[in-house]
Amino acid sequence: MSKRETDEVTGVETTGHEWDGIRELDNPLPRWWLWVFYASVAFAIVYWVLMPAWPGINGYTKGMMGHSDRAQVAQQLETLRQVRGEGAARLTNATLQEIEADPDLQQYALAVGQSVFGDNCATCHGVGGAGAKGYPNLLDDIWLWDGTLDGIHHTLQVGIRSGAEGARFSQMPAFGRDQLLTSAQINDLTELVMVLSRRDGDRAAADRARPIFAEQCASCHGPAGLGDHTQGAPNLTDAEWLYGASREEIRTQIWSGRNGVMPAWAGRFDDETLKALAVYVHANAGGR
Amino acid sequence: MKNIWKKHGVLERRSIVLTVAILLVVSVGGLVEIAPLFYLESTIEKVKGVRPYTPLELAGRDIYIREGCYNCHSQMIRPLRDEVERYGHYSLAAESMYDHPFQWGSKRTGPDLARVGGKYSDDWHRDHLIDPRSVVPESVMPPYAFLSGRELETKDVQAKLAAMTKVGVPYTQDMIDNAKADLMTQADPFAPARDLKGRYGEAVLQRDFDGDPARLTEMDALIAYMQMLGTLVDFSTYEAEAPENLR
Repeated sequence: MSKRETDEVTGVETTGHEWDGIRELDNPLPRWWLWVFYASVAFAIVYWVLMPAWPGINGYTKGMMGHSDRAQVAQQLETLRQVRGEGAARLTNATLQEIEADPDLQQYALAVGQSVFGDNCATCHGVGGAGAKGYPNLLDDIWLWDGTLDGIHHTLQVGIRSGAEGARFSQMPAFGRDQLLTSAQINDLTELVMVLSRRDGDRAAADRARPIFAEQCASCHGPAGLGDHTQGAPNLTDAEWLYGASREEIRTQIWSGRNGVMPAWAGRFDDETLKALAVYVHANAGGR
Repeated sequence: MKNIWKKHGVLERRSIVLTVAILLVVSVGGLVEIAPLFYLESTIEKVKGVRPYTPLELAGRDIYIREGCYNCHSQMIRPLRDEVERYGHYSLAAESMYDHPFQWGSKRTGPDLARVGGKYSDDWHRDHLIDPRSVVPESVMPPYAFLSGRELETKDVQAKLAAMTKVGVPYTQDMIDNAKADLMTQADPFAPARDLKGRYGEAVLQRDFDGDPARLTEMDALIAYMQMLGTLVDFSTYEAEAPENLR
């Protein structure tokens, strides 16, 4: 049964196997394929020697090239740091005011700030910084908290109600939900806020609410409702509203007192990035 | 030598022998590539801070898996410069050592979430899950508004923790016994937290995550899970450049 012979039609040798008169041609592997295969085997052996490869009992072969993904990324980051070095060092050494006063340095800070803002801040404050309901607009000169250069820098570092140490903190009570005021009182207060912001409100109701305002609201929002930056209490007499300007939205805010949170960024960014971001936000907002 | 090559007839004529031989050859790959990961000390870094998930976080993680978040979001920051620049420190094996199954993922339609914890506020997460385009206009993520309307299922929380111990998560009997109480405590900012923090550490976030204090919803659990992602390891004490930590 094992008799090699040459096939008459193709001229190729058979394997010598035969089943029911059917014989198998013994075509050799294509030469190019075979050489690619041998080359792959040779490459693998070279790779084992040079690169981390085989596991053992207590560790693995590290390879002669000493390659490490993690060392490589550390080195790339270090290179990046050196490329940025000069600008970064100038940002580190200058005060925020000096950065703004030096057009070159300010330009650099704005470029850094814009890129970091896009990656991290735009998610809440909007791509251009225009904000949305619940997320402050950073393009106007109306501020809940301190809108000076140093104030913005501080807010960036510690956040607002972020739980970080020294975070800016204040709390708008939920006057309705926590039953601090009655529903009728809150209706009256809503009318007073409408009147304070120079809109069409029920003046009789507003007058009824004035003593409640003096007692419950004035300590943060001020007796005239002008707000207080040290407590993040908004000015109630202007046209800017974080949680909406309509009567219903104002009532909802008095009723359930939403308190927004801004994360602290001190741990996520290095000092020069935080400074650049503060300068960027300050420049955009027309600052104080 | 020539005779050995002739012996293949033994394999080719007996299907069982052939099957066993194939299994032996194929298992070499697994034995060499997978088995060492279970005994090599260097597979998982020694880091401070990694703890098992709290019951609420674990429930949130189950919702994350149920909704297929991993289909679009990875949880694996690779050691590449641009990823480290965008997302933060590259992910460590230790950070997913209590993940069963792990959520590394291989698809990024959305951003990586390995370090999303603390990056945005709870309000943002809630607004974003209810209507992604209300905060990110160019987003293609589907809305998950129903999560804030669904009560969180809590009756099987003890069983969930117990199941995790079977695959090596070091939940203590104390943690399992108090799972339900810990879950309720974490979602209630006014509940006494001493026991919860005693079991899971001081850094555990205790808040009303979904902004609806009246109810415990699936939104609470999912946001609690998201807000702790990537926050456990204390990188101020982690020596990335130490020889044992280089890979």
